[in-house]
Amino acid sequence: MKVYIESTGKNVSVKAPSVAALLKKLNINPVTVLVVKNRNLVTEDSKLNDKDNVKILSVVSGG
Amino acid sequence: MACKKCKSEPAFTLISGEKLCKHCFSHYFEKKVRKTMRQYELIEKGDRIAVALSGGKDSSVLLSILAGMWKERNDFYLFAILVDEGIKGYRPITQRFAQKLCRELGIKLYIISFKKELGYTLDGMVRKLDKGPCTICGTFRRYLLNTEARKLKANKIAFGHNADDEAQSIVMNLFRSNNAAAARLGVINGIKKDARFIPRIKPLYFMLEKETTAYSFLNNLIGEFKECPYTQLAYRGQVRDMLNAFESRHPGTKAGILSAFIETLPILKEYYKPGKEIAFCSKCNEPTSGEECMACRLLDELRKKK
Repeated sequence: MKVYIESTGKNVSVKAPSVAALLKKLNINPVTVLVVKNRNLVTEDSKLNDKDNVKILSVVSGG
Repeated sequence: MACKKCKSEPAFTLISGEKLCKHCFSHYFEKKVRKTMRQYELIEKGDRIAVALSGGKDSSVLLSILAGMWKERNDFYLFAILVDEGIKGYRPITQRFAQKLCRELGIKLYIISFKKELGYTLDGMVRKLDKGPCTICGTFRRYLLNTEARKLKANKIAFGHNADDEAQSIVMNLFRSNNAAAARLGVINGIKKDARFIPRIKPLYFMLEKETTAYSFLNNLIGEFKECPYTQLAYRGQVRDMLNAFESRHPGTKAGILSAFIETLPILKEYYKPGKEIAFCSKCNEPTSGEECMACRLLDELRKKK
């Protein structure tokens, strides 16, 4: 599954069964991000599959 | 698990563990912001509110919610002020988003810049001064917002500060043993009323940064992601990371910090209340705690380093 990480501007290829597992695999604190699956905001228990388009948005203030 | 209210697909999990769909979450968010505004009487009939707009998600969400209230109530006036600090590769992007948002919402936007008003960009100041960029930026932003808002006859300035910002400030002041600075925090800033000091209100005070970002995403109030290039240099960034690590392990940490702080804030405000008269800078006549304000002191330092 291709995952876009907004804070780094990079795409990574990862296999994970759920949003929670994906964040754990990428070592990202769930408090600091929102996850968008196929253009919809989803919760951590949302299931993922290889065809999903996933974006990880940063919640930090711009300053 | 489905949305607790309507059983649709959930989009957000609250600290309580409740899940809400995009519509119910937006409703929850707006209801909570409006409750804060009612509880602290942040907007009153006849007010002229200047929103400190950066084009980032927090101030954009704030402007959008206040614009909605303005349309409903029509008994106060709303406009926005954007301060262009002169941060290469950062501010021009958020400024474009702010201009677009104001056009869409029908809000008058005033733009003031460090370069035009002070003679230097923030990037230029950071190169010359031996001070943290956030200290320099914060000093001049507050100074320019206060002078511009007063010129435009605003009686309140609304900031998009959220629960994360406030929890960070509380912890920073605690770590630095600076209770006098902590006394100036709260939903309404300032200790003393004076015509030259425009009170600052924070309607998003109890909203977590993650909630504000979710609301901005769900309501198309999010521009291109840009983090201020100076953020990581700041002490605040370290406190933010520490609190996020705690919040992850112990959900509700930030809300707990706010709740405990609000209980003690009246005591702090009373203890650090200035004397009968508020002090004013001997050079620019703006409110200050000393003889000369920080903005004038920094400007003097800049001129000496030319």
